[in-house]
Amino acid sequence: MTAVLSTQGLIARYGDFQALYGVDTELHQGEAVALIGANGAGKSTFLRSIMGLLPVARDMVRLDGEPVGGTATDRMVQKGVAIVPEGRRLFTGMSVEDNLRVAIDQAARIGAKGGWTLPRVHQLFPILKEKARTQVQSLSGGQQQMVAIGRALLCQPRVLLCDEISLGLAPKVIREIYAALPEIRATGTAVIVVEQDVGLAQSASDRLYCMLEGRVTLTGRSADVTREQIGKAYFGAGHGVV
Amino acid sequence: MEWFDALVQGILLGGMYAQYALGMALMFGVMRIVNISHGDLVILLSLIGISMATAWGLGPLPVLIVLVPLAVLMGWVLQKAVLNKVVGSDPLPSLIATFGLSIALQNLMLQIWSANSRSLPGHGLESQSIEIGGIYIGLLPVIVLVVATALTWGLDLTLKRTRFGRALRAASADVEAAAMTGINPRAVYAMATAAAVGILGFAAVFQSLRSTVAPADGPAQLIYAFEAVIIGGMGAVWGAFLGSMVLGISQAIGFRIDPGFGVLAGHIVFLIVLATRPQGLFGKATT
Repeated sequence: MTAVLSTQGLIARYGDFQALYGVDTELHQGEAVALIGANGAGKSTFLRSIMGLLPVARDMVRLDGEPVGGTATDRMVQKGVAIVPEGRRLFTGMSVEDNLRVAIDQAARIGAKGGWTLPRVHQLFPILKEKARTQVQSLSGGQQQMVAIGRALLCQPRVLLCDEISLGLAPKVIREIYAALPEIRATGTAVIVVEQDVGLAQSASDRLYCMLEGRVTLTGRSADVTREQIGKAYFGAGHGVV
Repeated sequence: MEWFDALVQGILLGGMYAQYALGMALMFGVMRIVNISHGDLVILLSLIGISMATAWGLGPLPVLIVLVPLAVLMGWVLQKAVLNKVVGSDPLPSLIATFGLSIALQNLMLQIWSANSRSLPGHGLESQSIEIGGIYIGLLPVIVLVVATALTWGLDLTLKRTRFGRALRAASADVEAAAMTGINPRAVYAMATAAAVGILGFAAVFQSLRSTVAPADGPAQLIYAFEAVIIGGMGAVWGAFLGSMVLGISQAIGFRIDPGFGVLAGHIVFLIVLATRPQGLFGKATT
């Protein structure tokens, strides 16, 4: 079975600064993979590279085996990859419903097929129905995150990338948001979650990758890797990282 | 009565300014693109319209019907060929590019049409008037105001209710996030500039009907459009319309005080608004 999304020797740089040094990953249909690592390990860069927000070579990123590296961001969305970006990046000055409608519009424009509709997003996050007419900037952080997730889902993705969706939120809200994950996966959508909280990352995923200084230092089944293994891979202490 | 008359004249003049200001509200207020060649495009379209009318003996309406699609096409080409290469969070590149375009257009027009002032023959339309409550009002300014109101209403609704409008507002709020939602920002911007310049097609016909145009007239029109958008408040389409009214009324009242004071009165009101309420009369304060 070929992976839905895979990277081979993914290298990315910001000008002269190299941020990723040959990252190999794969993601299968309906699978949830967690990406953990310290700040500056390259997790967000990895997601941005996939989304075409950083220039990468064509065959470094594959979608259904087809090379797609460096494809324009809007074309990646059309191909079925959506992202919940770090910091949420909602459209300020627009209502909750209009934020979601932007995604619905674009999916309709390209004729994207998928099960996500406005009522289903409302079912997943009932508060969004209540706040439909509210401007997004006046929502709480958790509610904003729900809009960001809803917006990404309405792009009808086969692969959903979530960048630090728990950042700055209260534990209760984080649980609420992570509770949506199984339902998203049930539709066959594969998910990559970038997460600072290692325990949360382990419990929410099938497999995990740990990154350090632009390289993958550990990979395995989330249930099998030990705290000690993660600790070494996370900080590189006493670990032969080149 | 004299002041009431000035008020009415001011509102009618505001209708003309609104037609310049709408395109500016869309480009500057929503997309944050500073288009210095805005006024020169009005003049270019006017001169093309006048040449068509003289060559083929067309009346104002046929000229309008030909000129608006031409303006839409010009806007689309302008965005695709020039502005898409310079859009970004920094407004300076678009300002410099369109400043150059403005100078080039003025000289091109001078070369083709010479420095003479021209106007569009209205076949009597420009001199007709109607009487309302003891005041005689020119028919043409009333048509200008009605068209301006209809354009404002249409543009506002387009931005609020259509797929294109939502995509444009999204791209203006956060270009990268818009792309992450499947929007091709360049395609959306090209359509928006096409719409903005298309509205200038209306402005060009009415401007050359009610007054004369010459190749060097563009910058003055640009200033009025800028002032109207800033008085009204950035990003609000009805704000630009009302800003145009404020500018028109200020000028008309200024003209009544002293014929040399009219244009200056408009600038003074603009400066007062800028100093006391920089977000514009109808704009929301930015946080």
